[in-house]
Amino acid sequence: MTELERKQDSSPVPAGWDYAPAPESRDIVTLEERYGLYIGGELVEPKSGEYFPTLNPASEDVLAEVAQAGPEDVDLAVQAAREAYENGWSSVSPSERAKYLFRIARILQERSREFAVLESLNGGKPIKESRDVDLPLSAAHFFYYAGWADKLEYAFPNRNPTPIGVAGQIIPWNFPLLMLSWKIAPALAAGNTVVLKPAETTPLTALLFADVLRQAELPPGVVNIVTGDGRAGAELVKHPGTDKIAFTGSTEVGKAIQRELAGSGRRLTLELGGKAANIIFDDAALDQAVEGIINGIYFNQGHVCCAGSRLLVQESIYEPVIQKLKRRLTTLRVGDPLDKNTDVGAINSKQQLEKIQELVKSGEEEGAEVYQPPCRLPEKGYWFVPTVFTNVAQSYRIAQEEIFGPVLSVLTFRTPDEAVEKANNTPYGLSAGVWTEKGSRILSMANRLEAGVVWANTYNRFDPTSPFGGYKESGFGREGGLHGLEPYLDLDESEVRG
Amino acid sequence: MSRLPVRKTYKLFIGGDFPRSESGRTYEAQGQNVARASRKDVRDAVRAARGALPKWRGMTAYNRGQVLYRIAEMMEARSEAFAELSSGRREVETAVDRWVWYAGWADKYAQVLGTSNPVAAPYFNFTIPEPTGVVGVVAPEEPAIDALVARLAPVIVGGNVSVVLASETAPLAAIELAEALATADVPGGVVNILTGYKAELAPWLAGHMDVNAIDVAGADGEIPELERLAAENVKRVVRGKADRQSPYEIAAFLELKTVWHPIGV
Repeated sequence: MTELERKQDSSPVPAGWDYAPAPESRDIVTLEERYGLYIGGELVEPKSGEYFPTLNPASEDVLAEVAQAGPEDVDLAVQAAREAYENGWSSVSPSERAKYLFRIARILQERSREFAVLESLNGGKPIKESRDVDLPLSAAHFFYYAGWADKLEYAFPNRNPTPIGVAGQIIPWNFPLLMLSWKIAPALAAGNTVVLKPAETTPLTALLFADVLRQAELPPGVVNIVTGDGRAGAELVKHPGTDKIAFTGSTEVGKAIQRELAGSGRRLTLELGGKAANIIFDDAALDQAVEGIINGIYFNQGHVCCAGSRLLVQESIYEPVIQKLKRRLTTLRVGDPLDKNTDVGAINSKQQLEKIQELVKSGEEEGAEVYQPPCRLPEKGYWFVPTVFTNVAQSYRIAQEEIFGPVLSVLTFRTPDEAVEKANNTPYGLSAGVWTEKGSRILSMANRLEAGVVWANTYNRFDPTSPFGGYKESGFGREGGLHGLEPYLDLDESEVRG
Repeated sequence: MSRLPVRKTYKLFIGGDFPRSESGRTYEAQGQNVARASRKDVRDAVRAARGALPKWRGMTAYNRGQVLYRIAEMMEARSEAFAELSSGRREVETAVDRWVWYAGWADKYAQVLGTSNPVAAPYFNFTIPEPTGVVGVVAPEEPAIDALVARLAPVIVGGNVSVVLASETAPLAAIELAEALATADVPGGVVNILTGYKAELAPWLAGHMDVNAIDVAGADGEIPELERLAAENVKRVVRGKADRQSPYEIAAFLELKTVWHPIGV
């Protein structure tokens, strides 16, 4: 380190600064007391008769009641999707289909503030993330796939692309509207109809999306939304009326779905868990790398399947990196998701908070050293202080299991070979990060890391044109880009020869 | 007195060697005693395959293409033997021509299947196909040699390594192929061929935690059970067909990797 850097690193940290509150108004959001299921173009009461409260995780206040879809409800949704597919949507010309998707993209842009506020209210994520990441990307996703709808034969030459039929889609709670967009946009562009099951804890932006579909005048039944807990998802998976299941969530549930579909001939794509290595070499631009580490693991409270949850630091720079990291950690602002200064919001649910607490406890018990910056947490709601573990062995649970929270495990390495071996030493293979100023090393590492996405000198970047998805137990199939269309199309397998 | 011919002992093909089954078992097929592989032979074959992966996937595409072409050369040289063990000369010619066709794909499929992605921010972003790793191939029962080649060639041209369960009723052509592979510059372990009872062996292959994908082309009625077992490590399951030939057969055994890097000065 240069003398100047040393001085900077010993300067007082700005943690003591007081920020004036800068809350985003929630007036833009109007909530119903109770929401039904979106089936056949209308919000209908569930046949199950069951409702459950959906909360603001930052305050534990009930925002609204939503329906718990039962077997009969899921069946009605699948029927509605089938009818829409056969009696209308499949005969809409591809160019007209594209225009519906362009409309949806535009309406999402127009109503983006409303969606962003609701996303933060229901999910706990900081408004600056829902405003600057989730919403722009959701709209961009629809805009991107809209353009594909009438160009599919150019994406898959000689393969006669045709829609599959009815797609059952199950999405997680970490990026509710964005995951909805990742699922619905390519499915509709390819000419399918959809039954979507939002996550149990974050149904509200999906239900607001139903209003976007009304404004876009999308034919009824093309998109159906059934809310509920895992039981509703299981019903959708089991339902023989869906031709395809797309699931984003845990590896454990993903495996159960793969087993359930075995032998059925129904198509499947899985986007599952991760335990990504973020690898910092000694020639990296350290201040940028530290920002990348922070963005890698504390973005969205670490509720990110591709989070850089294992930091691999080259031994020779271990001390300065840890020092800079701890210093940066003290400047993270944890608190009200609707405050525009907030960096780390609320943990999505009580259940997730307990899971994080349990894994952090295991880390301490197994012998890792824990660091948490001084932090005042709100009294109500679900919160977890951004945490760094050092002295972590590869065998520790915090180095093997997906925590899905703001918890970083730090390991070290000496050589590129050791970094690759440690990075790949996990059943997962979703993503990885590499920080070095040496171009040839970036390409060599990118080549050797078993991961579907490699971020070099950056982390947690997403774009509708960029395919996303995992190797190994992180799942199969891609979302985004040209490759993201394939899971929603029937393609002539190949030519028959010989 | 006429000369007594020297018969061949039909053995397994694991890691470039020709061992008997560790179980000491054989079964009779096509009038010969053929090794009847066991669960432990599957294990050994998977281990040999995994060990061969870094070298094979690390070779240049041009080099892999030449090795596949060399396989065609070796098969052509043995075409009479293959003709006797299959439906005849025509099948053998088709199989040889398949190797040549796939040999030519080695340095082209990445250009057809990969993309450069115009992201809305200053980043260079591209997607490239990579081998999925160890691939299990349950070969169709017939045609004895051509179906095996149709399923194997797209697997290995993509840089994968393989463990093949040969046709149970007509396994001799598969062993003949092993002998051709052993002299075709294919590194030991890239292709491993087991003969035996598929119903006994396929579940071990489908459930093996170090196998990344499985082609159930020749599995018939057991497919649901194999797919269930495959879920244990989120294996990619391909329901291959013996008569297909296209770059998308290669794509079925490839992963897609997307790499981002900032653009700046």
